[in-house]
Amino acid sequence: MAAIPPLSDTLPARLTLRGISKTYGSNRANDGIDLTVGAGEIHALLGENGAGKSTLVKIIYGVTQPDAGAITWDGQPVQINTPHAARALGIGMVFQHFSLFESLTVAENIALGLDHPPPMAELAARIGEMSARYGLAVTAGRHVHHLSVGERQRVEILRCLLQSPRLLILDEPTAVLTPQEADNLAAMLRLLAAEGCSILYISHKLEEVTALCEAATVLRAGRGVGTADPRQVSGQALAEMMVGSALPEVARPTAAELGPVCLELAGLSLEPDSPFGTALRDISFRLREGEILGIAGVAGNGQTELLAALSGERLVAQPEIVHIAGKAAGNLGPTARRRLGLAFIPEERIGRGAVGPMTLAENLLLSGESPLVIHRGRLLKRALAVIKRFGVRASGAAAAASSLSGGNLQKYIVGREIADRPRVLLAAHPTWGVDIGAALAIRKAILALAAKGTGVLIVSEDLSELFEITHRIAVLSEGRLFPPMATANASIETVGQQMGGLHGAEKLEADLVPA
Amino acid sequence: MFRLEARQSPSRAMFWLSPLVAVVLSLVASAIIFALLGKPPVAALRIMVVDPLVGLNNLAELALKATPLLLCAIGIAIGCRANVWNIGAEGQLTLGGICGSWVALNFGGAGHVWALPLMLLAGIAGGVLWAAIPAFLRTRFNAHEILTTLMLTYVALHLLGYLVRGPWRDPAGFNFPQSKTFADDVSMPIILPTTRLHLGALVALLVVPAAAFLMRRTFAGYRIRVVGLAPGAARYAGFSQKRVVWLCLLLSGGLAGFAGICEVAGPLGQLQPTISPGYGFAAIIVAYLGRLDPWGILAASLLMALIYIGGDALQVSLQMPTAMSGVIQGLVLFFLLGMDLFIGFQFRFGRRSPKPVGQLADA
Repeated sequence: MAAIPPLSDTLPARLTLRGISKTYGSNRANDGIDLTVGAGEIHALLGENGAGKSTLVKIIYGVTQPDAGAITWDGQPVQINTPHAARALGIGMVFQHFSLFESLTVAENIALGLDHPPPMAELAARIGEMSARYGLAVTAGRHVHHLSVGERQRVEILRCLLQSPRLLILDEPTAVLTPQEADNLAAMLRLLAAEGCSILYISHKLEEVTALCEAATVLRAGRGVGTADPRQVSGQALAEMMVGSALPEVARPTAAELGPVCLELAGLSLEPDSPFGTALRDISFRLREGEILGIAGVAGNGQTELLAALSGERLVAQPEIVHIAGKAAGNLGPTARRRLGLAFIPEERIGRGAVGPMTLAENLLLSGESPLVIHRGRLLKRALAVIKRFGVRASGAAAAASSLSGGNLQKYIVGREIADRPRVLLAAHPTWGVDIGAALAIRKAILALAAKGTGVLIVSEDLSELFEITHRIAVLSEGRLFPPMATANASIETVGQQMGGLHGAEKLEADLVPA
Repeated sequence: MFRLEARQSPSRAMFWLSPLVAVVLSLVASAIIFALLGKPPVAALRIMVVDPLVGLNNLAELALKATPLLLCAIGIAIGCRANVWNIGAEGQLTLGGICGSWVALNFGGAGHVWALPLMLLAGIAGGVLWAAIPAFLRTRFNAHEILTTLMLTYVALHLLGYLVRGPWRDPAGFNFPQSKTFADDVSMPIILPTTRLHLGALVALLVVPAAAFLMRRTFAGYRIRVVGLAPGAARYAGFSQKRVVWLCLLLSGGLAGFAGICEVAGPLGQLQPTISPGYGFAAIIVAYLGRLDPWGILAASLLMALIYIGGDALQVSLQMPTAMSGVIQGLVLFFLLGMDLFIGFQFRFGRRSPKPVGQLADA
């Protein structure tokens, strides 16, 4: 007679995946992946971009179907053919990109996402009840376009919670949050888990995973590399599981000898050109040659507008408000500013920094010279030089930009922009969505460039990156720029408070004044 | 059951195969229609697609018809590359005919050597002018050129109708709504004796490599392509979208205007109430059939010319209705759009979702 197993072993796992495979064309996005999420467990799904996390999650949420493999839910084999079926099982998902209607209220948005919405008054009451219980401060009657990104995420989470989920999937939930908001989210997730809801937490931020999760499954190139307990394994070990090799080190910037001012904004105020844009308010800073200045802030606080005004995509009426290399440049377009020595790495790779269907060689012309007739041979040679110098993995200079992985394309764009040693480099989220290896290479290249005397302005949401490679940090919040601080003296807490915006409280009050 | 599945990347082979399959399917469908009309389908197909290709004169007629289609389609295709949708080539062609005719009627017959070149330039200018209006409306007021170019086409057609019935009517023309016949010194020179093939065809043929060079090898063409493929990248690069809109519309207007004056001063020899059997509209089909590529468009324009001539032949030989060539044009476009789906998608046979792979091994 067998011994009675302990209780936890008799309870079936909430979700079990066995041998999940999914192939898109020649790309094996998932290759025999196993995953077990226990009841009430906070389970991290770790992996670099392209490791197969999104595909796996889409399979769990019924968006796509696996080619092979089995899914069991509470011990029962199931087939999840649609997101509707997933919700019926009790699976909720918070996507990285929110699906909210800006012009509707919180309650209306939540009702739209429910399969069987209750009457509005009842729904509003339940929203109030839920938000109090989980500390998700949201007002049911407010319009979504008034909400900050963090508040919008709370709406998405509430929408899931109202369906009493038994498994909640969150895709990189803290990518858009301030450190304080991220802490609140973690507390809420712990409470939810304590009540028995399982959580599948997708991230590549290792500190968070270590602090929050009880188990972590690591994916690499479509395969499961293994499962570890992040409370016991070091972050370094997890990172090496993700990358598959030991991590190289990035040298911190040395106290550079700074040259003259190469980029200056003097009191820039700019109305947004779209109804949901952010107005810039009296922004001033000076960037000197050889200096790396980081602009921190949560997305949507004016970064896009600031970059457009600096790159020349948005012109400024008074030319003297923007000075590039000592010349008044406010009224100059991107091409003229490039001639003054400005280079720009935009936040989107495909469609902005590069044209997807065009070859790498053709993509050089986006920001280079503009000859009357294109000399193909010379262009190919220059493209190959960039590919070689920056270790871009591509089939050649004639490869379509869209055929490269995100990291490799970003290396190519960075390489293109810095090949001619610009006097000023603007970099928007230069390592966003890029695998660790490429991110390190990009940071190294930027540091080397600054050491040679280029002034670099980095706009990023990745605080650890900014702390790692900048000389000074300034926070952009609601279109205002806090005075820059020397990175060596700045603390994460101060930056976080500024990111949350000192204006946050007054704005909430203004919105609550009855119309 | 079968289902459509997105391809990993668009199929290059299908991109060029699609128009060929579409043409074959249109011919099959046409044969079925012929049979339904009680005509012998095989004989009808022979009359339509084989007979017009036999003999020097027939081939010259084919090239003659292909000329305006080729000119208009190349302009349209360049615009399409930049997402500028000029569907009013018919109107620009008409205005080109009108403006060129003004020169021909006022300065022709006096032996001026400059009359013919001036007439051609006036034709181009007419098309450019007619395309400049939508370009202005688009860049200044954001009025979409699909609407404005189409609406201006009807304005141009009515202007032509007014001129040939009113001020420009030939006093010695027995009240027929047409202008005086053009003098010899303002008629398009014939390049193939005993046929009607004129200088315009040669120019159109030269436009093909010129357009290919513009799009592939010049920075202006590069700008056009970037604006069309990735407007965000164009802004990033500092390429002005407005300038590209102007360039594309003026270029295609000029080509259509040239096509118009070539028709009037060529095969027609005078201004008539109708100077084009819808070349400007058929050219849209030609542009897509030729995959927006100048050399592809050359082939497609010859094919479309064949449909025009074949349609006429069906009328004469088998008493089929005039609308037949329009029906066949429509079929080609229909099948082309249908086949183009398979550039990005492929058929998969079998059920949508795989069956569950049995029970858990260790359950």
